[in-house]
Amino acid sequence: MLEAEDRERFERVVMPHQDAAFNLARWLLRNRTDAEDVTQEALVRAYRFFTGFNGGDARAWLLQIVRNACYTWMEKNRAVDLTTEFDERVHQPGTTTPETAAVAANERERLMKALELLPVRSREVIVLRELEGCSYKEIASIAAMPIGTVMSTLARARERLLEILQPESGRVAMTPLVKGVRREL
Amino acid sequence: MNCENSRTLLHGYLDGELDAMRAQEFEQHLENCSQCIAQLEEQEKLRGALQAAQLYERAPESLTRKFRRQIARAESDRGWQWPRIWQWAAVSAAMLLVVAMTSLGVQRFLATRAPGQQALLAEVIDAHVRSLQPGHLTDVISTDQHTVKPWFDGKLDYIPPVRDLAESGFPLVGGRLDVLNGRSVAVLVYARRKHLINVFVWPEGKQNAELPTAGSRNGFQWIYSSTHGMEFCAISDVSAADLHSLTELLQE
Repeated sequence: MLEAEDRERFERVVMPHQDAAFNLARWLLRNRTDAEDVTQEALVRAYRFFTGFNGGDARAWLLQIVRNACYTWMEKNRAVDLTTEFDERVHQPGTTTPETAAVAANERERLMKALELLPVRSREVIVLRELEGCSYKEIASIAAMPIGTVMSTLARARERLLEILQPESGRVAMTPLVKGVRREL
Repeated sequence: MNCENSRTLLHGYLDGELDAMRAQEFEQHLENCSQCIAQLEEQEKLRGALQAAQLYERAPESLTRKFRRQIARAESDRGWQWPRIWQWAAVSAAMLLVVAMTSLGVQRFLATRAPGQQALLAEVIDAHVRSLQPGHLTDVISTDQHTVKPWFDGKLDYIPPVRDLAESGFPLVGGRLDVLNGRSVAVLVYARRKHLINVFVWPEGKQNAELPTAGSRNGFQWIYSSTHGMEFCAISDVSAADLHSLTELLQE
């Protein structure tokens, strides 16, 4: 599929981003096992089409492929994930609801569950921005949306995340979460 | 600016993604809007909490293993068995060569090559690979030697010679500080067509080890030279000939 020279270049240019690839898939699919399968498939795709890679930002290029693979997988296996605006109900893979999120054992778990409750299109911008540290421009190219949409999607996603984390109170009272974390720091 | 607009802009501001004018407008709005100030603080806290929670999940080793196995299978399905035999022949030949070289040359090698040499070379290659990751190439981006040179001023105890070589086909891209063997060194970045060349520069004798004058490893070529009291190591994936031309230009 690739000549030795390209194989070596693939190892050097693309493989360093396999953590980024897996992390994105894990958060889009909310499950490590599925994420591993889909990331593997995406890496193979990237390998096949590597000669078409024009030498720009390899991470963004790979994440684009991973994202597409994840959406295709969801269409086939979990179409409900793509249409749900916000999951109030108990649903797979966990049994996360705003209530269970609010009483989760520790802050990490609480944030994890809250993030998993976001609709997938909100979740992906949070993951790309906060976990992967992508710029708006990179997010725009990975998620195929205009930069302005990146900002508004991110705004909605973060506000929603705050609402999940503090279901009853208003904005100002979210502090238990943060105080807890700050103390650990 | 009203609160409705600023609710979205607030996130661009938080992420440092607003242009200077809009950032200023937003700051002006903040002065008179306690709601937006509170919201900004909430969002900063949320970000801190997300970061402290370490939600990033790294790829399991099994993923890499499975991927490599799948690729190896696909690659070997491509050809008939003959190439395999040639590969074995090549491997055997290489092993013979290694055995021969080891018995003949190991004594001399140990006597003449400082142990620091291989370590230094490995560091140069690592630094080069790292520089190719997004955002790691340059600390100062400029094709102007008069911008790049003063940038190093005060950051190092020497001043590297900086010249734009665009006229000879090697435009200057910028410079950065890097670390070799625990010492800060200057790196000049040049472009050659679509390839990038890192030129590490340090004063003679500063690294306690000299590099082999030229060679290639992991797909990168390097040429090491010294002139006018400075040592240079140019490394890239361009051809050896290109690298050679650049080294000659640097020595002028």
